[in-house]
Amino acid sequence: MTLKRASDDIDRSEPAKKPTPDTTLHTALPATPLTTASANMDSDDEFNSSQVSDDEFMADQDSDVSIEDDSDFDIDQDDVGFESQDKDIKPTKQTYEVDFIVYSPDQIQGHQDKQVDEVSNILGQPPESTAILLRHERWNKERLIDHYMEKQEETLESAGLGETSTTNPPRLEHVKGFVCDICCEDGPDLDTFAMRCGHRFCVDCYKQYLYTKIKDEGEAARIRCPGDGCNRIVDHKSLDLLVSSDLQARYHELLMRTYVDDKENLRWCPAPNCVYAIQCGVRDKDLIRTVPTVRCDCSHFFCFGCSLNDHQPAPCALVRKWLKKCEDDSETANWISANTKECPKCHSTIEKNGGCNHMTCRKCRNEFCWMCMGVWSEHGTSWYNCNRFEEKSGHDARDAQARSRQSLERYLHYYNRFANHEQSAKLDKDIYLKTEKKMTQLQNTTGMSWIEVQFLDAASQALQQCRQTLKWTYAFAYYLARNNLTEIFEENQKDLEMAVENLSEMFEKPIDLLQGLKVEMMDKTSYCNKRRVILLNDTADNLQKGNWEFNVTL
Amino acid sequence: MAFASRRLGKELTKMHDKLPPGIALVKADDFKEWLMDIRVIDTNPLYDNETYRLKFSFTGSYPIEAPEVTFQLSTAADTPRPIPWHPHIYSNGIICLDLLDRQGWSPVHNVESICVSLQSMLTSNTKKERPPGDENFVKYNTQRPRDINFVFHDNQV
Ligand SMILES: [Zn+2]
Ligand SMILES: [Zn+2]
Ligand SMILES: [Zn+2]
Ligand SMILES: [Zn+2]
Ligand SMILES: [Zn+2]
Ligand SMILES: [Zn+2]
Repeated sequence: MTLKRASDDIDRSEPAKKPTPDTTLHTALPATPLTTASANMDSDDEFNSSQVSDDEFMADQDSDVSIEDDSDFDIDQDDVGFESQDKDIKPTKQTYEVDFIVYSPDQIQGHQDKQVDEVSNILGQPPESTAILLRHERWNKERLIDHYMEKQEETLESAGLGETSTTNPPRLEHVKGFVCDICCEDGPDLDTFAMRCGHRFCVDCYKQYLYTKIKDEGEAARIRCPGDGCNRIVDHKSLDLLVSSDLQARYHELLMRTYVDDKENLRWCPAPNCVYAIQCGVRDKDLIRTVPTVRCDCSHFFCFGCSLNDHQPAPCALVRKWLKKCEDDSETANWISANTKECPKCHSTIEKNGGCNHMTCRKCRNEFCWMCMGVWSEHGTSWYNCNRFEEKSGHDARDAQARSRQSLERYLHYYNRFANHEQSAKLDKDIYLKTEKKMTQLQNTTGMSWIEVQFLDAASQALQQCRQTLKWTYAFAYYLARNNLTEIFEENQKDLEMAVENLSEMFEKPIDLLQGLKVEMMDKTSYCNKRRVILLNDTADNLQKGNWEFNVTL
Repeated sequence: MAFASRRLGKELTKMHDKLPPGIALVKADDFKEWLMDIRVIDTNPLYDNETYRLKFSFTGSYPIEAPEVTFQLSTAADTPRPIPWHPHIYSNGIICLDLLDRQGWSPVHNVESICVSLQSMLTSNTKKERPPGDENFVKYNTQRPRDINFVFHDNQV
């Protein structure tokens, strides 16, 4: 692939430069004005600091006045929370960003303990019983206190704490004439167990039952009695008696999980093995107006609304529809995203080995776009429209067959681009991993510092993130009904796409050139990030104001 | 499997001995999969003169874990086994019944009690209907019955 810039539109990009093949590996940087680079780096910093510092958070939290008349307001303020927070009161750095806090397991445990202590004082129940009561009421403190004050015995009973569990602790018993309804075994020396509901089973069955619930089904706080239709919750004293020590750890871990699971403003980070939880004030009902991407301390970006990977700018509801559609139509669409295509000119087979869409046929030197198979030379110019689907005029699609063909074409147009960015992000990542290896070698042989090679990491991250965004712009566009805003959206999409393709192209340069292209690459990296922010701010702003028209209901 | 097979062995002995009317054991060669036939005893124009086949699949944790139970279609001339009409039975034989769901299951249930429950579910039904969305569900569902999250909106049917 050759480096080529078809436009010298300064507004849109950095100055065009001919690649200057560097023969020496560690010479000075190419003659690019340093001012450009530093200016871009500044803006880059700004765009990357997506997270508000903890201090700012706390300050805001303290000044937060409670909103008592909010009917949704069902959790206390001194809880971990921001339930009463209003996005209008608390401006965020970018329109597309939301406020959130990341919590470690210790912090979550701390919040939990604090609430238990507090409620324990109010109810006059020991902390361990209070914890059971709170879990039973799904950590709704107000509801628990209300219920308890109204009907104390009933509340205790339903949480499995009824009567005097202290004077009569759970124990194993031998019972004459007993037959276990689970294993159908009988015998006078069978160890049996029953809670107050009287549903008695042999200890082996009870243990097996609890093991399955805890280990396989991940239940902990609300395991019911095995008896048919019995709603009695297995209390923790019974669990202590019956659950083997190796299962206790898992059990307590699950108990902690229920705290986060039960709170609407808390969510576990879905990254594998990640132990952090995120708190965010965005509620389900807000999801048609905002796309709450959060960043965990493990560096995973995900949507607080649906836990999927970051899918800005598309709202959760569209993402669900799109993924369902792709799944249903996978057979029709799969062949499009295949990794090999024919050169549109000489028909020799071309394989895509990098993320870049600018293809040059080895055989005939034809330069074309992988996505639309159109001539590449048009892609950097104002009449470039690789991203836009040209709707055919009404009379072209008079009969049902033509209409269905057109709707398939339309879908494939967006799907093709969606899938392509997904695929390209993977390829870009591969290239980065290879480059990383070489950069390590370079460091070792030339003494170049680790800091000096970080621009590649930044470029790789920008590519991944921008492609992730671009990918979802196509799902977004598929559901977008045309109005006067779609043109701006498509312009932004196109600009980001061009910026990404430019950077992606540089990424595929041989290693000895990369070092010399450092400044230019940093420029392009920050330009990509900038275009992404512009696009996301525009889409988020219009989503918030309800300006987008979709051809489906959210 | 020891846990399941001990219990299933006992169930089998009891079933060979005696079964409620309208319920018959068809096949139980191992402790993984059994076939049962059920008929509706009381007169019900929806089900008169028809017999339905149930397929039971057990895991090693049965009866702690619910078995997977589905109606099985057979078009054999001598033993026709249609899928009964019911607003909780999909046309591919998958049954939406809280008893068979993780939340509704209790390990005190057994093959016989499930058959009885299904029998009475049919007996009391008057609607010649499939669940809403049957066509799409049957077309697209690739999940095993136990992994489907059914919403039990009306338990009186
Ligand atoms: Zn037992
Ligand atoms: Zn019970
Ligand atoms: Zn994480
Ligand atoms: Zn989402
Ligand atoms: Zn060619
Ligand atoms: Zn193109």
